[in-house]
Amino acid sequence: MSPPAILVAILGLVGLWLPLVQFKPNRIAAGDSLTLAAALEAGWPVALGLAAVLILGCLRYWSPRLRIVAAALGIAVLVLSLGAAASQLVGPDNKLARVSPASGFWLMLLAFSLMWADGVTRMRPSLRASWLMLAGALAQVAALLLSGQLADVSVMRELAARQDTFAHEARAHLILAFGSLGLALLAGLPLGIAIYQAPRWRGPVLAVLNVLQTIPSLALFGIMIPILGWIAATLPGAGRLGVSGIGMFPALVALFLYSLLPVVSNTLSGLAGVPATARDAAAGLGMTRAQMMFQILLPLGLPALLAAVRIVLVQNIGLTVIAGLIGGGGFGTFVFQGLNQTAMDLVLLGALPTIALALVSGIVMGLLVDQSRATRGQA
Amino acid sequence: MIGRLLLALAAAFALAFLLSPTSFAVLFQPLTRNGAPAIYTQASLLRLTLFHLGIVALAVLISTAVALALALFVTRPVGREFLPLARTITTIGQTFPPVAVLALAVPVMGFGTGPTLVALILYGLLPVFENALAALTGQPAKVAEAARGMGLTPAQRLWQVDLPLALPLLLAGMRLTAVISLGTATIGSTVAAKTLGEVIIAGLLSSNTAYVVQGGMIVGIIAVLIHAGFQHLERRAARATGQTD
Repeated sequence: MSPPAILVAILGLVGLWLPLVQFKPNRIAAGDSLTLAAALEAGWPVALGLAAVLILGCLRYWSPRLRIVAAALGIAVLVLSLGAAASQLVGPDNKLARVSPASGFWLMLLAFSLMWADGVTRMRPSLRASWLMLAGALAQVAALLLSGQLADVSVMRELAARQDTFAHEARAHLILAFGSLGLALLAGLPLGIAIYQAPRWRGPVLAVLNVLQTIPSLALFGIMIPILGWIAATLPGAGRLGVSGIGMFPALVALFLYSLLPVVSNTLSGLAGVPATARDAAAGLGMTRAQMMFQILLPLGLPALLAAVRIVLVQNIGLTVIAGLIGGGGFGTFVFQGLNQTAMDLVLLGALPTIALALVSGIVMGLLVDQSRATRGQA
Repeated sequence: MIGRLLLALAAAFALAFLLSPTSFAVLFQPLTRNGAPAIYTQASLLRLTLFHLGIVALAVLISTAVALALALFVTRPVGREFLPLARTITTIGQTFPPVAVLALAVPVMGFGTGPTLVALILYGLLPVFENALAALTGQPAKVAEAARGMGLTPAQRLWQVDLPLALPLLLAGMRLTAVISLGTATIGSTVAAKTLGEVIIAGLLSSNTAYVVQGGMIVGIIAVLIHAGFQHLERRAARATGQTD
């Protein structure tokens, strides 16, 4: 018996016993909760099949590969059951009824994700295999979403009702998260290099950036509105350059300020971490300062830099949600709209893509960091 | 030295402001428009601050206790098999945005302080766990050997060697958790938690910059103080066990 698999099995079985879906005749009415076995026409065989996979997974001789395949299948069956339960409960003509995933669904999703993670961790995949698995997982998610099987689940109904706004907010979210990262790299890299060359300035610069980081995000976003509004109104030409106290701009500046510390401090530690022998060798070859920077220090400091990009990207994708509160757009718009109307499906519509985006960006950047280390022989 | 002086000044200013906010109205008046009030008076700022600190302290304590227990479990022979999985979960879990975790806690917990506390605890687990794990697994081999050579029982080794050596890194994890929680707790006010976020949100809703600044300022000063306080403790703990770094 494998202890992590036993934990997975317990979580999954509890999930099977808890309600899979919540069924509401309309958005406001109190709902009924149904377990997987009760919600589906062929509920019992499906539930027994999932239970069998969970219990058999406890066997020690299951190979990591088998665990990954079983987990992927389990997730697919679970999600398809959710979609089928929704279709069967609401029927095609009923526009008012809502079926949302309930605690059992989330718990089983957690269980199978853990099974997947357990398999991946045991397999210790090569970089190539990791990329392939990531691509496979993304393809599976895309196939499930595009199959139309989920169309009657409440979140997807919310999505169908506001497809244009969703695309718009998604674009805003990406522009904010990636745009602020780009700006932070443009400003932070030179700043990091500058304080590497001038150690006297390291303390003060990092202290200021540290204090910036401690300002609560909500306040920083809020303060940017009047400050930028004032700049746009008083500095001639600022307005024409896009400076504005409303819309996306304040959020972009706030995110940029938060991103500076990780970029600057990682640039510094990346440069400072280059072995002295490499620097001596470069000096011995008669390299100029600029040559040394671009041919030795920056390439060798690359893993630390990519690690900073990972931190900033994940952090900014999450923080961009708050832009929704100050009218800056992004998925946060749905989250806060949903919280205001106590419409949890709407909250999910904002929260799930944010989590997915952060998760995928974190994994991709993590793999890139590993790759840059491997090609440099620093693994 | 200058740093300490600045910290002391900031602390004194924050304390004076909390005890008698209205005396500082002159300072915030320029930030208001159309004669809006300069100081938030719907609720006592001191009370909100205490609530805010209470939630954060409770969250940090609970997540530290749970994370440390889990870290100890996966580094003992009984739980060894969970170690690699636990590492993966921590790395992935930390990419979950705190705001999203908070929003998702609402359907389960309803509105109020509850979901905020749960989100803070869940999110706070990860930095402490990661650091505790690094500290418990990163010991030099000679330390373990010396402990065995002295004939320490596993329990003695845990209390007299492992935990004291892990303390600096553990405190660093608590520092991360505390600072993140302070900021995230302000967002908790969007789901009706009683924190200083209430002041900031009131400012956002009524376009009163003075509210936004005073709420943010108090949280910011407290965050800087907590950051410095933990760093001080970390250095002391490191010195006490002869770890120079």
